[in-house]
Amino acid sequence: MSAALLPKPQMRRLLARRMKFHLLGAFLVSMTSAALYKFGVAEPRKRAYAEFYKKYDPMKDFETMKAAGVFECAPPK
Amino acid sequence: MLASRVFSLVGRRSISTSLCLRAHGHGVVKAEDYTLPAYVDRRDVPLPEVAFVRDLSAQQQALKEKEKASWSALSVDEKVELYRIKFNETYAEMNKGTNEWKTILGGVFFFLGFTGIILIWQKHFMYGPIPHTFSEDWLSAQTKRMLDMRVNPVEGISAQWDFDKNEWKK
Repeated sequence: MSAALLPKPQMRRLLARRMKFHLLGAFLVSMTSAALYKFGVAEPRKRAYAEFYKKYDPMKDFETMKAAGVFECAPPK
Repeated sequence: MLASRVFSLVGRRSISTSLCLRAHGHGVVKAEDYTLPAYVDRRDVPLPEVAFVRDLSAQQQALKEKEKASWSALSVDEKVELYRIKFNETYAEMNKGTNEWKTILGGVFFFLGFTGIILIWQKHFMYGPIPHTFSEDWLSAQTKRMLDMRVNPVEGISAQWDFDKNEWKK
C-alpha cells in the first residue's frame, strides 16, 4: 500500500440521499407520464368526439344506414 | 410383571448416545464442517466469521507472527498476502460482472427459434384449412357491412373511410 491514504468514503446519510433521489425521480416520472397521456391521448380524443358531434345529424345517419340495408326491422323500401 | 418389563426397556433406551460413546472411549462427537462458522464472500458481510485460509503453511505462520509486531515493518507484498489469508476475493473481484447474460440471451433465442420451427411444422403438416370467412371476398363484404353500420365512427374504422369519395382517407 502506498503512503498516501485513500479519501474517506461517504459513511452517513446514504439512505437519505438514495431516498431523495428516488422520491424526486418517481415524482417526475409519474407526472411526466400522466402529462404525456393527458396531452397525447385524452385531449385529442375529447376533441375528436366534440368535432364529430358538432356536425352529427342522427336522422340523416339513420336514413343512410337504412338505405344500405343493415337494419332488419327497417328494410330499404 | 409386565409393567416392570416395559419399564426396564424404557430405562435402557433413556441413556443418551453420547454417554454410550463415552463409555466405550469415544469422547465428544466430531463437529461436522457445515455446523461450524463458515467463510462467505458477500457484499453485505464485510468481515466474515472466519478467515479464508484455515490451515496456514509454515511461511504463512511466520508472516502471522510478523504481523504481531509493528505493521509499518511489513512490505506491500506481505500486506497483500495477509489480506489474501483473511479474504478470498476483494470487493472489486466479488462485484465483477460475468458474461453470463450472453449465454442466457443465446439460450433464449435458441429455444424461441426451436419453438418457431415447431410452429411452422404444425402449420404445414398438421393444421387443416382456415375458415372460409377469411377469404378476400368475405373480408371485403364484411368491411363494407361494418362501414354501412358506421362501426366506430369517431376514431375507428368508419372514421378512416371517406364516405363521399368512397375510398379510404389519405
